[in-house]
Amino acid sequence: MFDVPLFLTFAAIAVACAINLVLQTHPISSALSLVGVMGSLAVLYLLLGGQFIAAVQLIVYAGAIMVLFVFVIMLLNAGAEKRPSRRVLGAAVALPLLFTAAALGAVMITTQIPKTAAVKFGAFQLGGAASIGRELFTRYLLPFEVTSILILIAILGAIVLARKEI
Amino acid sequence: MPFQLPAEVPLSWYLILSAILFVTGAAGFLIRRNIITVFMCIELMLNAVNLTFISFSNALGKVDGHIFSFFVMVVAAAEAAVGLAIILTVFKNRATLEIDEVSSLKL
Amino acid sequence: MQHLWLIPALPFAGFLVNGIFGRRMPKAAVTATATGSVLLSLFWTVKVLLGLGTLEHVYLERYFTWLQSGIVNVSFDFAVDRLSAVMLLIVTGIGSLIHIYAIGYMGHEHGPNHGGYYRFFAYMNLFMFFMLVLVLAANYLVLFVGWEGVGLCSYLLIGFYFLKKSAGDAGKKAFVVNRIGDFGFSLGMFLILIHFGSLDFGSVFGKAATMSPEASAGIITAICLLLLVGATGKSAQVPLYVWLPDAMEGPTPVSALIHAATMVTAGVYMVARSSALFELAPVAKETVAIVGLVTAVLAATIGLTQWDIKKVFAYSTVSQLGYMFLGLGVGAYSAGVFHIMTHAFFKALLFLGAGSVIHALEGEQDLRMMGGLRSKIPLTCFLLFCASIAIAGVPPFSGFHSKDAILLAAHHHAPWMFWVAVVTAGMTAFYVFRAFFLAFLGNYRGQGHPHESPPVMTAPLGVLALLSLVGGYFDVPHYLEPMFHGGHAPHETSLVVISVAAGLTGIGLAFLFYVAKPGLPDAVSRLFGPVYRLVYYKYFVDEAYDAVIVHPARDGSTAVLWRGVDAGFIDGIVNGVGSVARSVGGGLRQIQSGYIRRYAAWVLLGSIVIVAAASFLGGAR
Repeated sequence: MFDVPLFLTFAAIAVACAINLVLQTHPISSALSLVGVMGSLAVLYLLLGGQFIAAVQLIVYAGAIMVLFVFVIMLLNAGAEKRPSRRVLGAAVALPLLFTAAALGAVMITTQIPKTAAVKFGAFQLGGAASIGRELFTRYLLPFEVTSILILIAILGAIVLARKEI
Repeated sequence: MPFQLPAEVPLSWYLILSAILFVTGAAGFLIRRNIITVFMCIELMLNAVNLTFISFSNALGKVDGHIFSFFVMVVAAAEAAVGLAIILTVFKNRATLEIDEVSSLKL
Repeated sequence: MQHLWLIPALPFAGFLVNGIFGRRMPKAAVTATATGSVLLSLFWTVKVLLGLGTLEHVYLERYFTWLQSGIVNVSFDFAVDRLSAVMLLIVTGIGSLIHIYAIGYMGHEHGPNHGGYYRFFAYMNLFMFFMLVLVLAANYLVLFVGWEGVGLCSYLLIGFYFLKKSAGDAGKKAFVVNRIGDFGFSLGMFLILIHFGSLDFGSVFGKAATMSPEASAGIITAICLLLLVGATGKSAQVPLYVWLPDAMEGPTPVSALIHAATMVTAGVYMVARSSALFELAPVAKETVAIVGLVTAVLAATIGLTQWDIKKVFAYSTVSQLGYMFLGLGVGAYSAGVFHIMTHAFFKALLFLGAGSVIHALEGEQDLRMMGGLRSKIPLTCFLLFCASIAIAGVPPFSGFHSKDAILLAAHHHAPWMFWVAVVTAGMTAFYVFRAFFLAFLGNYRGQGHPHESPPVMTAPLGVLALLSLVGGYFDVPHYLEPMFHGGHAPHETSLVVISVAAGLTGIGLAFLFYVAKPGLPDAVSRLFGPVYRLVYYKYFVDEAYDAVIVHPARDGSTAVLWRGVDAGFIDGIVNGVGSVARSVGGGLRQIQSGYIRRYAAWVLLGSIVIVAAASFLGGAR
């Protein structure tokens, strides 16, 4: 029964944080806004019945990845963006594009999604670690293993790139 | 007629939220010039897509959407590691985070 | 199974070994491989022929299906009958002798890594391979493979001294002229395929015999005339004979083997092989006879005036090939083939003897620079004398028998042909002995120190001399009689006497002109000044071809094909494509700004377009 208020609250937080992310000129502010978006999304995942994903969202995304971002920002001691000198043209191109994209998305959602489809809290029971793990290690075993190779490559790549000589 | 909140959240609301987040991320990508901020905008777009996956997974009653978003997270982690390493290297070589100054792809 | 394939395969193996490894092999090994493979091939030929006995019927070996497409169904088969048996023995026998001779003649051809030596023998072996394929072929297409292959080897060997421009040009000339003939030959093959639905000799001739003559006379005449075009190219008949005299640029063993004894008789062989068709086309047969007669006369007259010893023999070859065609044309196929054999003996001997003379004089080929060589190189002198009396038709030597058979048949067919041929025979005797007397009698007019050739050269000459003298007693016409349907000419002693008298007159005149009264030739040539010049310059045929064909073709190519089509049209297309690509690229280049966010904007635009298109066109449901 608290579905709708909870959704509205956290959706509002997510949108506010996202807009703040874009508008802030200092990267550290943007990073903290992103953490806000991710946290509120984790709550929405819980509302959608995805306990496991919500936990991963918090641990991996909001935790590990964002820490990496903040670490790099601090390492580079990046300051605020300077005022743009000639961004009028860019905005003139970008804003209509974005508007078109948003309009297209709205049209698609309103026309393609049935009005009666609703998310009932507690109806979806497969979001636990057990069912996800079962799928992951049976049907999705090969992609899972390939992903591990991808991560290995990423680690090596990061090490190579971050060496002093380059 | 006063505006009546529905008893359950419609699926389209989640999707609209996802679209808003995605377009915001794309806007940030196009507007911001700090490489790190641009990078965070990408993460925002990925999160928006993840939300779509989870929503549809819920609507269809299948677990596959969760798996996909799990993979998206893994890839995002790998991408963050490599991307941030690249940013470090760019900064070391050019002493700038201004994205338009890194344009040597142009002839 | 007699394993016929081994006969050509052995020289081919020799070609592969010498061609690939020859550069690094010691000279003795090259020699052994080349001559050994040909000798083995001769040995195997003899063994196969002994194993096949009297060859009453065609012996056929089928190997594999080569082409199968629609009505074209060609298999790679070899066959032996009496005709190919005779040709096989000529090719492998003469080939072996000339290979042995070439060991001595080409012995000086060793630059670094004995340069031309292995190359020469590799080409010679390749030639043997193709020639044997040609002879053994059981259908027209396999024959054509050999036909083209020997043409290729001829080109390679004429241009053997490719650093010399004239040699390269002569090679190209031979190749181009032969293409004209081969074009006719291929058209003839297509017609055969369409008309008979097969290229196998057996089925083609079988069907030709059973078809109603009225219905197919026209097309068979067309086929025969096209085959004749092919034969005139390969066998140097009018009007395509011009390449053969120039082909003497090649080393002398090549002239002997390819351009006298074997390859140039391929046309004769092919016509004889197709005799069943020619018998059904009297017009084509008459054309063969006339072409042969014209060639014989024309070449013989040119041969009267030439000073280059090899040129004399080259025109003599053309003339003798004309005789063979005359024989074929008047229906005496077996006599024509008989003349192939005897001609192979004495003409190979003439060329090799000339080569021996040239070898002795270290490259001198001009008859005016010879003379009196009888005492300096007596053995060569004797051997060449054997060849000369053989070709002059003096009884009882080989040329007498075969030429006589042709002459008798010609008389049986049309008496005027006989008389023209008799006069030609007299001229033949004259120019051969003219060359002989100029070279060996009188006083030596050159500066060198002639020396006799080594035994490795004179031994094969001895064998050939023996064959030239007694070769007429191999009764080839009788052996081949069952194969051909031509009428048998009655033997008339008076005609024989006339032809022998013509030969002896020629010899006598040559003696009178060049030994007894050496001033006479000049006087005669002054008396007939314009005629003499006309003949001396070979009737200006080369010049005429130049003016009528070569120059227009070249000028047309320059003006139209080069300047117009190539430089204007094709280059225009190519450059146009290039400049269009460049200008389009110049426009597209603006997109590649190097700014990542602009790329992102393009990506966004593209995805919007795709999603919009998908949704509005009904892709998304």
